[in-house]
Amino acid sequence: MKVDLNVLLIILGCAIVTFIPRILPFVAIRKLKLPASVVKWLAYIPVCLLTALIVQGAIHPIESVPALPVINWVYLIMTIPTLVTALKTRSLLLTVLVGIVTAALVRLLV
Amino acid sequence: MEMDLQLAKEEQLTFKQGVRDCIPTLLGYIGIGLAAGVVGNSANLSIMEIGLLSALVYAGASQFIFCAMVAAASPHSAIIATVFIVNLRHFLMSAALSTHFTRYSLLKNIGIGALLTDESFGVASLRTSKGLPLSDRWMNGLNVTAYLTWIASCLLGGYMGSWIGNPEAMGLDFALTAMFIALLVLQLVALPSSKLRHYLVLIAYTSVAVYVFSAFFSIYIAVLLATVLCAAIGAVTEK
Repeated sequence: MKVDLNVLLIILGCAIVTFIPRILPFVAIRKLKLPASVVKWLAYIPVCLLTALIVQGAIHPIESVPALPVINWVYLIMTIPTLVTALKTRSLLLTVLVGIVTAALVRLLV
Repeated sequence: MEMDLQLAKEEQLTFKQGVRDCIPTLLGYIGIGLAAGVVGNSANLSIMEIGLLSALVYAGASQFIFCAMVAAASPHSAIIATVFIVNLRHFLMSAALSTHFTRYSLLKNIGIGALLTDESFGVASLRTSKGLPLSDRWMNGLNVTAYLTWIASCLLGGYMGSWIGNPEAMGLDFALTAMFIALLVLQLVALPSSKLRHYLVLIAYTSVAVYVFSAFFSIYIAVLLATVLCAAIGAVTEK
């Protein structure tokens, strides 16, 4: 049950820089009356962010930019049965289950 | 009358209902949490450190990066700066969601924001995209269930450590992506067909934007830029 002081300090630093962006809009927007255009923009954040997070995995990490991003084809193959399950079942649970099994199978074969 | 209906809908948005609405997403938290615990173990973090990391930072992707950088003995400042960038997307999620909680106290708002995750954001915006209201109790039920499950899963992964072996081989790391795919699809199927086309075009733009931006910036910055830009395109081109 040891806690290294160095590790603890890094965890605390990371906790602070994660906490602030999480709560800042909740603190600030309570007081502000946002213009309609901003509210409209914010309404598009969910779909765009979810898309971006899915695409994020489809690109191999690049060591130093700028460089031509390389597509992770194995990841794209895994998304297909997952996407089909989501469309057919509309179930979060089943989609995650199929995703995990697909990823395990694909890694076993590739 | 309409006001009464609105209130009646909100009445059902209890803490318990929030817990119930979290259940379909739990498998994702468990899968990634186990993997995060295993990775923490292999980075020589103690169970206590894994517990502190998951309770205080509480963000999957950044915990993996934290473990990798601690194992590589990276400078403290580099680790903290990286975690900041990886987790900056919460700012966008909080901004989008906070407009629905302005009627609650500052403390309640901080509580909701502090436990916001990609998944709880996804589940909450599923409701708002259908024009359904959100309540503080419902959001807390959703958030707290996810939070406790996450910590427990990370600890369990840390305990089982080497016994689980490579979490990637078991496909656990893909649980998060699968969750994002399901949340995105659920958002889209709720749309009227007139709007669906607009959203599909936006999804195409966003995908291309992430790819292009990732040539010039780290992937985490690319995700932020693509989201900010394409949400703006969505708002401007809306009919």
